[in-house]
Amino acid sequence: MTVTDELVSYEDALATYDPVMGLEVHVELGTRTKMFCGCSTELGAEPNSQTCPTCLGLPGSLPVVNAVGVESAIKIGLALNCDIAEWCRFARKNYFYPDMPKNFQTSQYDEPIAFNGHLDVALEDGEIFRVQIERAHMEEDTGKSTHVGGATGRIHGASHSLLDYNRAGIPLIEIVTKPIEGAGARSPEVAKAYVAELRELIRALGVSDARMEMGQMRCDVNLSLRPHGREKFGTRSETKNVNSLRSVERAARFEIQRHAAVLNGGGTIVQETRHFHEEDGSTTSGRIKEEAEDYRYFPEPDLVPVAPARAWVEELRAGLPELPRVRRERLRTDWGISDHEMQSALNAGAIDLIVATIEAGAPADQARKWWMGELARRSNEDGVELAALPITSGQVARVCALVADGKLNDKLARQVIEGVLAGEGDPDAVVAGRGLAVVSDEGALGTAVDEAIAGNPGIADKIRSGKVAAAGALVGAVMKATRGQADAGRVRELILEKLGAEG
Amino acid sequence: MTDLTRMTAAETAATIAAGEASATEVAQAHLDRIGAVDEKVHAFLHVDTEGALRAARAVDDRRARGEELGPLAGVPLALKDIFTTEGVPTTVGSKILEGWIPSYDATLTRRLKDAGVVILGKTNMDEFAMGSSTENSAYGPTGNPWDLTRIPGGSGGGSSAALASFQAPLAIGTDTGGSIRQPASVTGTVGVKPTYGGVSRYGMVAFSSSLDQGGPCARTVLDAALLHEAIAGHDPLDSTSIDAPVPPVVEAARNGDVRGMRIGVVKEFAGEGYQAGVMTRFNEAVELLRELGADVVEVSCPSFSYALAAYYLIAPSECSSNLARFDAMRYGMRVGDDGTHSAEEVTALTRAAGFGAEVKRRVMLGTYALSSGYYDAYYGSAQKVRTLITRDFERVFGGVDVLVSPTTPTTAFPIGERADDPMAMYLADLCTIPTNLAGNAAMSLPCGLAPEDGLPVGLQIIAPAMADDRLYRVGAAVEAAFTARWGHPILEEAPTL
Ligand SMILES: [Zn+2]
Repeated sequence: MTVTDELVSYEDALATYDPVMGLEVHVELGTRTKMFCGCSTELGAEPNSQTCPTCLGLPGSLPVVNAVGVESAIKIGLALNCDIAEWCRFARKNYFYPDMPKNFQTSQYDEPIAFNGHLDVALEDGEIFRVQIERAHMEEDTGKSTHVGGATGRIHGASHSLLDYNRAGIPLIEIVTKPIEGAGARSPEVAKAYVAELRELIRALGVSDARMEMGQMRCDVNLSLRPHGREKFGTRSETKNVNSLRSVERAARFEIQRHAAVLNGGGTIVQETRHFHEEDGSTTSGRIKEEAEDYRYFPEPDLVPVAPARAWVEELRAGLPELPRVRRERLRTDWGISDHEMQSALNAGAIDLIVATIEAGAPADQARKWWMGELARRSNEDGVELAALPITSGQVARVCALVADGKLNDKLARQVIEGVLAGEGDPDAVVAGRGLAVVSDEGALGTAVDEAIAGNPGIADKIRSGKVAAAGALVGAVMKATRGQADAGRVRELILEKLGAEG
Repeated sequence: MTDLTRMTAAETAATIAAGEASATEVAQAHLDRIGAVDEKVHAFLHVDTEGALRAARAVDDRRARGEELGPLAGVPLALKDIFTTEGVPTTVGSKILEGWIPSYDATLTRRLKDAGVVILGKTNMDEFAMGSSTENSAYGPTGNPWDLTRIPGGSGGGSSAALASFQAPLAIGTDTGGSIRQPASVTGTVGVKPTYGGVSRYGMVAFSSSLDQGGPCARTVLDAALLHEAIAGHDPLDSTSIDAPVPPVVEAARNGDVRGMRIGVVKEFAGEGYQAGVMTRFNEAVELLRELGADVVEVSCPSFSYALAAYYLIAPSECSSNLARFDAMRYGMRVGDDGTHSAEEVTALTRAAGFGAEVKRRVMLGTYALSSGYYDAYYGSAQKVRTLITRDFERVFGGVDVLVSPTTPTTAFPIGERADDPMAMYLADLCTIPTNLAGNAAMSLPCGLAPEDGLPVGLQIIAPAMADDRLYRVGAAVEAAFTARWGHPILEEAPTL
């Protein structure tokens, strides 16, 4: 580690400096076709099978704007409380990269479709922080490079690169905040909460699944420090492609500590892009921006201006769904949980899943218990988002129903969930397949209880004499004998009944 | 038997429809003519003998089955090598695309094929349509059939030379600053730049997207109109294509008449740099329009004097971006791919070898003009000039139906004369560029031979946007009167080669 890579403690950094952040989030829209051609956006196809002259940038090809892409952009803009441009153009952002077929990206420059908005985000303790939105604009994604032969998968040291243009031209919306000031020590938390809130919003609008682990939502964290009391912003670093909520928080935190160390040591921050490393939460230097890159923007002459009719914009505004924060507050009250619990559900991406499970018939506390307990643990372990686990809200609801009917106890239900996740089929199929049903045959249960009483005469006597609490030991014995498949409540009833005690 | 190569397109179609000659015979006659003269002219970069004969046979088959044939079915055409043709090389006159076989047809190519037009091959052009002489082609210059030591105009010199040497009755050009009209002017042929957006640009390799416009080239006004109608109309693949009915160009070409029309002579298109013989013939044409019953007035468009400067900022700026895709990664030439060079080096080596001097000059000019800190002064100011020019046109079209001017200040100059003097070369497009900047329509047609050198002079007619039919109404009247005066079409006076 070089001197500049040493960190000062987070508390010390905040004692001296005031962080200023800028967050740039790219969202891949879930349109059926690409932004400027009719190619499919389906993921996982053979490389370069979803391409045409336009998204390959072949000589002579021309773009045509995807109307659904524009509609999605306007919806996002409206939900972010932005003004929607009455007239705006696309622009060419000129730079060279082999996975960009035209060597310019069709984007928007000084005429974004949406601008001047804000998003209120809820912090863990329920406090609301308002993040100002600079703009949201439309652009296209690039292709994907795979560098072969190098040690790190990076281009350095690679013998050759493979290019897949299936992603080239997929619609992107870039959402840029104004400088986020005044969050102080809570800056990393604000960054995380903002991205989480934005993700919920995008999903609520139905314009994208916004799955960060699949690159459908990507965040750049720009951060600078200034000494307390100073107006002028410090030099910023730009940490690129931070692709999980936790990473957004960690990256901001790391950069605060790193910047502080550099500044305390009398150094200056270099304006550069930085890479974030999931393993240890650090960032390392990427490309140094010796001079601001000159993209030579100019209005895209191959496309006509976008001029959304006001009536259409108002129609879209009227059709916006309930905003996630408002909806969450409603659900929080319905479910009777704290701000903190709700925030955890949000961060876990569990809210819609819980709602769907409740809609499928499960009680709210049960639905929440499974998604925030067993399933959240699994999603963390497997490193996949909750929604990506191979279990549906309907299946979870079915497990809840089996428990409510006394067909499963908690322990067995856990095993059923495990079975569903392992691909053994629906809950009922797992129950049948693993033979997990609670022993509810009164005769068999009666026999087991009789055996337990006979085998533990001392305990039985205690119960007979009124020490009902001792029944637990006999219940345990019965459960052991039935390999956990008995309904513990019913077993207890039977024991008390047979020993003439009052429960 | 009549020489099938000397007929107009309209006559050729009628001959085939009547069964007096088969489309195959017509195609073969033109292929033979190409074989006989193109070694001298060098109008074609690629002759698609097989494709042409296949297309001709298809027309003959359709006729044999009694199917109705369109107005251009079986008529041969020379296609500028800037339009993509599925399975047939498309080079845009550049080494950088040598060997590229497009996987798709341009919309224009598709429409020609659908109309039963027989595409003979791809014609020579200034590299990426940058030039006014076809000398900038990476594949060698084209000779002007009137005098093979002179230029046939550019960038579409291959197309104009093919027409003037009777290798094809129809041709396609593209006009960014005059590349259809100036070649038509110096070869004694007819060329039309339609209203911007009138003909689809999908599959036309871009030079300057906001200026480029494909259009018809022919030996008569009616032939140009028939071709115009075949290629024009809305294309959902080109966002800038106009979604409105094509102006009635064929009807206009069949009914040439200028009686009662108000025609403006642009005052600014005269003076220093204009060849005396060009002005003589132009003034005669103006006189003719008066005799034919037009009301001719002088108009002034002061901002036109800034057109050339604005053009040489906008066109290079757009081309610097359009040509960025030629990076040796996906198609065309690749130099230095021997395992010792990085991707960036391969791109640089390929561009150094694959682009000619004029292309490099314009890419550099454009890159500079778009750079931050210079954008407003250069690209931004040029766009303002563009607005002023559009307003000048709007103002004068409030009082006149069409404008006229010489198409280009001089007759065909000798090959090599201006090759090392870009500024002199750029002046060839002085009269044609304003129309590209404003996006309206214009035509060039012959108005005689300059007395001092016996070479063709072109008359330019300019119409408002979407009034392309006016070009044909005026052009047909002028053509009929001149042909009557001369006793024959002007190309009868060209050498037979
Ligand atoms: Zn495509």
